[in-house]
Amino acid sequence: MTSLQVFALLPLIILMAGIVVILVVTAFYRSHPLAAGLTLLTLLLSFLSAVSASGGPPVQVSSLLVMDHYALFYIGLIVAASFFVALISYGYLKIHSENREEFYILLLTATFGSAVLVSSTHFASFFLGLEILSVSLYALIAYQRLDPHNIEAGLKYLILAGASAAFLLFGMALVYAATGAMEFDQIVTTLAGSNSGVSAIELIGLAMLIVGIGFKLAFVPFHMWTADVYQGAPAPVTAFVATVSKGGMFALLLRLFHNTNFQSYGSPLFVVFAVISIASMLSGNLLALLQNNVKRILAYSSISHLGYLLVPFLIVGQGATISITFYLVSYFITTLGAFGVVAVLSDGRADADNLEQYRGLLWDRPWLAAIFTVALFSLAGIPLTAGFIGKFFLIAAGVGSSDWLLVILLVLASAIGLFYYLRIVVIMYLRPQDEISANLRLSSVPWAGAVALAVLVILLIGIGVYPSPLIRMIQIMAASLG
Amino acid sequence: MILPWIVLFLIIVGLLAWLSARLGSNWPRWISLAGLVVHLVFLLTLWLRGNNLIVISGQGPWIARYNQAWIPQFGISISLGLDGLSLLLLVLTDVLGIMAVVCSWKAIENNLGFFHFNLMWILASISGVFLALDLFLFYFFWELMLVPLYFLIGIWGHENRVYATLKFFIFTQASGLLMLLGILGLYFIHGSNTGAYTFDYFQLLGTSMPSGTAVWLMLGLFMAFAVKLPVIPLHTWLPDAHTQAPTAGSVYLAGLVLKVGAYGMLRFLVPLFPQAAHQLAPFAMALGILGILYGAVVAYGQTDLKRMVAYTSVSHMGFVIIGIFAWNTLSLQGALIVMLAHGISTGALFILVGDLDERIHSRNIQKMGGLWETVPVLSGTALFFAVASLGLPGLANFVGEFLVLLGAYQVNITVAVLATLGFIVWTVYALWLIQRAFHGPNTHAWKLPDLSGREIAVYAILIAIVFWIGLFPQTIINTAQPALDALQKSGTVTQVSLLPATQSQAAAHPVNRPLGKELP
Repeated sequence: MTSLQVFALLPLIILMAGIVVILVVTAFYRSHPLAAGLTLLTLLLSFLSAVSASGGPPVQVSSLLVMDHYALFYIGLIVAASFFVALISYGYLKIHSENREEFYILLLTATFGSAVLVSSTHFASFFLGLEILSVSLYALIAYQRLDPHNIEAGLKYLILAGASAAFLLFGMALVYAATGAMEFDQIVTTLAGSNSGVSAIELIGLAMLIVGIGFKLAFVPFHMWTADVYQGAPAPVTAFVATVSKGGMFALLLRLFHNTNFQSYGSPLFVVFAVISIASMLSGNLLALLQNNVKRILAYSSISHLGYLLVPFLIVGQGATISITFYLVSYFITTLGAFGVVAVLSDGRADADNLEQYRGLLWDRPWLAAIFTVALFSLAGIPLTAGFIGKFFLIAAGVGSSDWLLVILLVLASAIGLFYYLRIVVIMYLRPQDEISANLRLSSVPWAGAVALAVLVILLIGIGVYPSPLIRMIQIMAASLG
Repeated sequence: MILPWIVLFLIIVGLLAWLSARLGSNWPRWISLAGLVVHLVFLLTLWLRGNNLIVISGQGPWIARYNQAWIPQFGISISLGLDGLSLLLLVLTDVLGIMAVVCSWKAIENNLGFFHFNLMWILASISGVFLALDLFLFYFFWELMLVPLYFLIGIWGHENRVYATLKFFIFTQASGLLMLLGILGLYFIHGSNTGAYTFDYFQLLGTSMPSGTAVWLMLGLFMAFAVKLPVIPLHTWLPDAHTQAPTAGSVYLAGLVLKVGAYGMLRFLVPLFPQAAHQLAPFAMALGILGILYGAVVAYGQTDLKRMVAYTSVSHMGFVIIGIFAWNTLSLQGALIVMLAHGISTGALFILVGDLDERIHSRNIQKMGGLWETVPVLSGTALFFAVASLGLPGLANFVGEFLVLLGAYQVNITVAVLATLGFIVWTVYALWLIQRAFHGPNTHAWKLPDLSGREIAVYAILIAIVFWIGLFPQTIINTAQPALDALQKSGTVTQVSLLPATQSQAAAHPVNRPLGKELP
């Protein structure tokens, strides 16, 4: 391994080193602030090294990993998201849990897994990254071992993720059998190069791959776990699942298929993804209408947002990469903000996820209500927020490639989505009627969470008003994917 | 550089008003009022100074232009332009803004800071809509307007406000997304034709495309504008939103938000898709007539006064849509004057209903009757605005509606004849309103305080404006004429040969004809 490769891998190496350091430190001296501080430091260093490495040319590290602009951008995004999750967790864990230090170790390993996913170019690294992420998540979701909801959610996730990993592995094996390759580039060229179209084995293999990936991304019809896990997991972990876990997987999906030509309407892959996209957009939004639990609403909303992302995904090329990445960035910020508010509001007994608990929030906690409102508006795609520009990009990409059916369904789905986002906003602005939620309002907001939320909301509005610098970064990054 | 400040100033005033709420309950009121007066004085000086137009070739005559890259990667810029049309509508915006602040002086008691913040931000985004010459920027302001309106109705509205805001928001948002599809379609067609991907209004003018595509894209824009205007099958949000809004919200909705839809058609829909708009014209005018008659008849059947005034808006805006789609000099002048006149007179009617509601705590006309004997000044004012609204000659609405009829007559006699029926049905509902609410015996034995000095000041200003537009419409027309001519040119220039005979004659009529000379 050359020094260039070591330097390029620095973001991952720093994460690993941080995990070891915190493990060792925790073994001798348990301290919540110390563990949290070391975690934040690790994430910060990793982020900085990703930024500094992004100046150089792409570096291929063995056939497993590539450190190009694309990977570094997504590593930066994932690490930054984990940073905010860690900040939000600090106050949350203070009230909730007894063993707090291991939480940060698991958070770092999960982040590491996701970072491997976005830089992998090979089935082996893909699977390793996925498993590192998943196994850490099993523990994170069930972290509060005395809370039955946590345990239930963890078990559900464990069983379904295990099954989907099996699908994924089998799919990889079939694709390998048909193409003789494990590297993404070679698989795609083999698939594209075969004159007789895609063979049955390849197709089955790809279908199984899509099942495995679709589970992680909670596409319909692989979305069954989402609402339960979102609801059951501790709020910061839910934020992590919604952002880092899904974002890493989507980046990998984009890298895997970015050269595949879906544009021919007859192609089975196009049909599969189009159907998944439509089903996710519509059923995500429709099911969210029926919920009375904020975390479940956000879970179904995330299903529909991932469905939106498939609209530009079906267009090949840099335009799609730019649209998707921009939307993912805004989605990350928005989701972290929304779950951040839920986490900050939660008291020692249960997460503040009942819609009734939010009644009149504006009058008791104006700042939190304002932040939540901005986040919900961003999810709904209202101007002055990053979500508005993001949705604009999605629709622009769809119109640009004349996928009118998908675009019109996207518009329809987001109109449905307005109902439940506004429902939460309306409830926050009603006058409180009773004392259901009074206890929520007494505890003060932990400073770490407050800082995180303030920064997130500034980013949301900043990107919504002046998106140019971010777009420039994403353009450079998309060019490296080719 | 002055144009961004027209919007930014209101945004800053809104923030100041919000922050100042800590100092005391009157601070937000005074700050908003002072800010709006300064803003209005500034616009009026622009107007009085206004004969030095900058004529940019291919872009028409402008009082001021501003252009600054915003998202250069996608050809989006902060492109603002002020012409006579925008200026008049901005002045209307400020006048109604001031009225809304003053009429809420006593009516709104809680969360004053946030209330005035919302008032100012609605005005800021509406000003942005009237100034934007970049289609993305236009869409941005268009959507931005919804958020403070949503809060205004949702927080300070009446009993059924949650339902009304939800309906309003979803109607306007969904139709706004359809407009975005239309804009994006235009953007990509223009880009692939010329290689220049831009949202700039002037570059997108005259984009050539297959007529089928043009119709679809135009319909996307039409939906958004038609929801706001409102055009008949898409109007159902309007009575609910108007009725449930606080007085200031109703004034904004009727006076400004509806005008935004008409402005969009004038500035964007017809000039960008001239051919498709002419194909749509017969249907649009038919919907306009339907709106005139339906709105008036339904208004007649209402017992809730606010709902009644709301339905009359549907009726009057029918004239605007006829004026726009007749698309000749007279009808466009008429449409503009109807927009201004309706803004003032309907705004005044909503303020009146608000004042009545403050006194008797009901908007139900059955609880009224014989109010003239206890509140003669208020009742007289109501009579004035009712007859202004029904189109009494000498008052503002009459001029606009008369011009629209003249213009429409040149295009299609049937349309003009049917639209004239509006005058009859309006007389019925307006006089019915006066008779039931103010005449007759005071059966409920109301003893009410008459108008206060503050309220009289509001009405006096509005009455003066109604007289001014009614008696000296030429002052308004002169200001708007260069802008309307430029719009008319871009909306018809390629179309003359395609029009049916009567229409091309209308288009060939000399422009700049002073009112009252060589009328047919």
